[in-house]
Amino acid sequence: MSDFPLFPAQASTIAWQVDALYGFLVLLTVVFCILVFGMVTIFAIKYRRRSDDEQPEQNHGNLALELSWTIIPLFIALFVFLLGADVFFRLQRAPADPLEIYAVGKQWMWKIQHESGKREINTLHVPKGQPVRLTMTSEDVLHDFFIPAFRVKNDVIPGRYTTLWFEATQLGEFHIFCAEYCGTQHSGMIGKVIVMDPTDYHDWLMGASASDESMVEAGQRQFQALGCETCHKSTSSGQGPSLVGIYDKPVKLKNGQEVTVDVDYIRESILQPRAKIVDGYEPIMPIFEGQISEQSLLQIVSYIKSLTESAE
Amino acid sequence: MSDAVKANGEPKNYLNDTYGIKSWLLTLDHKRIGIMYLITLTAFFLVGGVFAAFIRLELMTPKGDLFEAETYNKMFTMHGVVMIFFFLIPSIPAVLGNFLIPLQIGARDVAFPKLNLASYYLYALGGMFAIAAILMGGIDTGWTFYTPYSSSYSNSFVSLALVGVFINGFSSILTGVNFMVTIHKMRAPGLTWFRLPLFIWGHYATSLIQVLGTPVVAITLLLVVFERVFNIGIFDPTYGGDPVLFQHMFWFYSHPAVYIMILPGFAVISDVIACFSRKRIFGYSFVAFSSLAIAVLGFLVWGHHMFVSGQSTYASMVFSFITFFVAVPSAVKIFNWSFTLHKGSIKLDSPMLYVMGFIGLFTIGGLTGLFLSTLGTDVHLHDTYFVVAHFHYVMVGGMVMAFLCGLHFWWPKMTGRMYPEGPAKLGVMFVFAGFNLTFLPQFILGYMGMPRRYHAYPEEWQALNIMSTAGATVLGLGFGLTIAYFIWSLFKGEKAPANPFQAKGLEWDIPSPPIAHNFEAIPIVTWEAYPYGPEEAASQSTETATEPAKEDEIV
Repeated sequence: MSDFPLFPAQASTIAWQVDALYGFLVLLTVVFCILVFGMVTIFAIKYRRRSDDEQPEQNHGNLALELSWTIIPLFIALFVFLLGADVFFRLQRAPADPLEIYAVGKQWMWKIQHESGKREINTLHVPKGQPVRLTMTSEDVLHDFFIPAFRVKNDVIPGRYTTLWFEATQLGEFHIFCAEYCGTQHSGMIGKVIVMDPTDYHDWLMGASASDESMVEAGQRQFQALGCETCHKSTSSGQGPSLVGIYDKPVKLKNGQEVTVDVDYIRESILQPRAKIVDGYEPIMPIFEGQISEQSLLQIVSYIKSLTESAE
Repeated sequence: MSDAVKANGEPKNYLNDTYGIKSWLLTLDHKRIGIMYLITLTAFFLVGGVFAAFIRLELMTPKGDLFEAETYNKMFTMHGVVMIFFFLIPSIPAVLGNFLIPLQIGARDVAFPKLNLASYYLYALGGMFAIAAILMGGIDTGWTFYTPYSSSYSNSFVSLALVGVFINGFSSILTGVNFMVTIHKMRAPGLTWFRLPLFIWGHYATSLIQVLGTPVVAITLLLVVFERVFNIGIFDPTYGGDPVLFQHMFWFYSHPAVYIMILPGFAVISDVIACFSRKRIFGYSFVAFSSLAIAVLGFLVWGHHMFVSGQSTYASMVFSFITFFVAVPSAVKIFNWSFTLHKGSIKLDSPMLYVMGFIGLFTIGGLTGLFLSTLGTDVHLHDTYFVVAHFHYVMVGGMVMAFLCGLHFWWPKMTGRMYPEGPAKLGVMFVFAGFNLTFLPQFILGYMGMPRRYHAYPEEWQALNIMSTAGATVLGLGFGLTIAYFIWSLFKGEKAPANPFQAKGLEWDIPSPPIAHNFEAIPIVTWEAYPYGPEEAASQSTETATEPAKEDEIV
């Protein structure tokens, strides 16, 4: 990087789209500024007071002008809204089958775990050219995961999961910032994304300090240790619903509502099982709120997700 | 009081009508209350300014080496809390609104003079809580008080400061009620709604937001205090609360609150631009209704602060969509002011230079708002220095410029003295240049990704931060110069005539400074606002009535 950069690196598939939108808005701003500043300056010079008893002719306005500077800005505004919404949709919707990585924020560090079980703190290794989805939560206050080079950002909230996705297009190291003020060392809650060739990434995952237990395996181990499988059997014969093949599918609740089984629903059903009981079952599951760490919870959630992936 | 009694060789006015500290502290005169607000506000502005100076000093170097992280966090928090709640929100309404609303509508005081004094003391009491919080060790949550950090984690004096803001909220509500009733009930005979100066329309729209919005933030902040003190689960998920709920409730007020801060600025600009171009405001009713439109739309857009908060994608789309509608009345105002200059008789005295600065800076502030209401760019820009720059362009470039504009314009009326024009012109240049040098680099820093509220930052951003600090120095000199010559003028300034700028409006028909009861006789208004033209000047009646506005005139 030069000593006086004006733009962040453009290192993800979405980055150029955000930059194009930004460029358009800069252009719009410049055009309007020239229009207004030009008009005001020309009038101020042309109609300057030449003698102290000048009494200029009055007018009360002009309906055609009023309507045109109401309607034209309205259409420009709505056009910009559409452009922005279009990019936003692409920022929100991850492509199918992204590489899943999990992050937990706490005062003042980022704890990352890859599906293989490998953990890291304040660094995030990702492969180039492959969509990555981060599922994030916080152990304490609000945080926000921000990678300027990728133009992605999302709040990290205690008590629920949020996600963001990106596909890196450039090898190298880029800043990670916590963008939501989180207390004393907020500006120290920073890190690096390290974008690697997919083969290097694979080697890194398998290399030194590789975990011998993947997230799914760790989740399965805890699923058994906590006695979950006593009721949640692989067939529908248990006292609780079977968890095979449920992920990302709608399920009917006792109160007649329908919800999609997403990570947030799984999380809530572990911590506060009585909040949304599946139709046909009794509220007998114990509450796990405060019993499981955020990281273990993510492992159990990824195990439950895997029960659907292996069933398909 | 009706005959010009001489006191020390001077005619009686509201300043020399009675003497002694008690005659000020217990006054029910809206003009004296306005002056008391001005003094207190200026003190808060200086406190907030000192914090800003420390922030800029720390950011000259990338490492957090001047202050501890905790101290830095407290400084940006207290800068925000003091400037927003104790300077910007009251500023124009409490000082200029208080002083001028009765004068401009031909009334002898506001509708509820005692309530007006109570508003001042609530403001002062709230301010004392804030000062106490600062002196005891400060508060480190950021001015937005986001939960659960503010409710469960911060070890600073959060409750004390929140109670201060809570009390101050009542000052705002009572002032709003007072102004609304005053504008409805106390207009002089013949002064119909569309004959009112736009200053009144702007303050009416502001009062509407103050009355409707402030209770929401007041109760929200009280809930945070309850959660801190009694561990009731409202916002902290550990107690079963929802941290994002706080953001909804906070921004439901705090977005309209930025319009509380800017609408009175619009109000001032309209009056001043008409005077210094000797023109009726182009499209008077469009300017008037655009203020109301902004006030109403302001309540429907709070979610645009929450595009990355985990709020649903569709909610974000709706909030973004409605936000773009706010751009329209803002654009309408800018174009109407610009066209008011067309074929006018323009004199660039210092109040008018502030108007020019305001139009420039508010245009940039408004247009950069588009970047943040656009979903695709906001995700990247949210919580970066881009937001800081945008906010300051609107609040300092807009509101503070408008406040200074109004202070210069009505200073002769308020104090009976002229400010010195040469230093005033120099002051406005310093403020304008310093301001741009401070905040333009912050747009670039923001797009590069520099997060706000950072005590330390990567080295590649140092050059732009040094520019910003240099600009803040110039800006500070501009403010210092302005305060200095204002104080100087109180003693050495030329005596002001009743109408030094040949301005139109009822406040200019009475002596500077006005007598305690404003009008010897209540005027009857038969002309439209801003009668600057020759034919209109002729139609101005000099009739006066002795009775206040008739009840059946009330809309």
